[in-house]
Amino acid sequence: MATRAIEIEDPKSGEVTEAVYEHPLVVRLCHWINTVALFVLVGSGLQIFKAFPSFGAKIPQKDLLHWPKAFAIGGWLGGALQWHLTFMWIYIATGLIYLGYQLFSGNYRQVLFAPRDIPGVWPMVRHYFLFGEKPAAREAYNPLQKHAYTSAIILGALSVLTGIAIWKPVQFSWLGWMMGGFHYARLWHFLIMWALLAFVFGHLVMVVLHGWSNFVSMLTGWKKDPEYRAE
Amino acid sequence: MKTRLNNRQFKSMNRRELLKIVPVVALGVFAIPKVQAPLLKAGLGFSDWVSARLFRSSHLAPTFSNSDLTPFNKFPINDYDVDDPEVDFEKWNLTVGGAVQKPGDYLLSQIQALPKITQNTRHVCVEGWDVIGRFSGARLSDFLKLIGADLTARFITVECADDYYESLDMATALHPQTLLCYEMYDQPLTREHGAPLRLQIPTKVGYKQAKYLTDLKVTQTLQKIGYWEDQGYSEFYGL
Repeated sequence: MATRAIEIEDPKSGEVTEAVYEHPLVVRLCHWINTVALFVLVGSGLQIFKAFPSFGAKIPQKDLLHWPKAFAIGGWLGGALQWHLTFMWIYIATGLIYLGYQLFSGNYRQVLFAPRDIPGVWPMVRHYFLFGEKPAAREAYNPLQKHAYTSAIILGALSVLTGIAIWKPVQFSWLGWMMGGFHYARLWHFLIMWALLAFVFGHLVMVVLHGWSNFVSMLTGWKKDPEYRAE
Repeated sequence: MKTRLNNRQFKSMNRRELLKIVPVVALGVFAIPKVQAPLLKAGLGFSDWVSARLFRSSHLAPTFSNSDLTPFNKFPINDYDVDDPEVDFEKWNLTVGGAVQKPGDYLLSQIQALPKITQNTRHVCVEGWDVIGRFSGARLSDFLKLIGADLTARFITVECADDYYESLDMATALHPQTLLCYEMYDQPLTREHGAPLRLQIPTKVGYKQAKYLTDLKVTQTLQKIGYWEDQGYSEFYGL
């Protein structure tokens, strides 16, 4: 994969650093629009959940947790459904545009966790969690990052599919059936949300810890002085 | 040979690239109170439009065996006002009007004379819970033929003894599983469940399945949509 790379010269010191174009515009737009959509979907989803905060029977009803209203969007069930059923289209649209772009541009190789990444997983785990030596970076993402991003994309797709299964349990009854029925589809939808939130949490921690240039590159596309050499 | 820029050129290129993602800020219109409501209404309307396109009269709601039924005493009773609007069964009839050839008052016995359908189907509430119940009644489509309804009209509207009201698109009204229901679990409908007559529509969410029916109209236009819809719930909410 050819990453677009340039050199930047400081006229005073004459120092030359490399910069790579990591994130094409489509990817950046989809990333940030999807961020907003996910935020709204989680907030309104939790308000919807408040109408029946359980995964058991209605009678007798055993509540799983009482989610505070302050951390929910929509104010009431009807309002939350409006937000949810509006932003789901934005979420789906950016997801599809992103996937389509990645596939057709070949840019997916940057993030897709592939079998060749497997040998690199253990050294990265050792580095992150066991204070092992940091493996040399050869591309934009290390194997663990690829694994995380690929998982997040899969979770995103599953969040849509489980959502369709509970929004349209008759027209797409086969989807609900694959998920173990309407009841389970609702539970999966909820669990997948938490899995996505766990990803977002880890993602933010990594950005805070050593991600300023990564953060900037998701805004402008360019990363100055990358750890790896672009081809 | 790689392109070489100086610091300043690199910075201005970054600024240009940053500006390109500014359109994301357009989502901020959802934070403006005045436009928020119409935007969300449009979003919900789009969802309803897609729902109506996805609807197929040949797509049947899954049916279940008797062993899957939720016990009758665990079938929830939801109402917006009272469980029992104290309908006088002796005097009850269904007042039919609108785009029909034979308007007037219909007795329960006339509805019960139509072919009786019994089905075990899932009842899904907008709140998120679901139960499987056993319902019997006449197909609404059979009743619409009995009253000589104009089947090219767009909507069926109903009014209820508790002042609840609802509307239904014609495609769903003609769906073979859409019933004028007078029995649950092989017993006459109880007062709490909508006696003597309710709508039972396994392809719709619960609030569309009005109880304690008193009036039914066939119409081309809607003055009001439904008790909950008029407060912001989905108009179509097909499952």
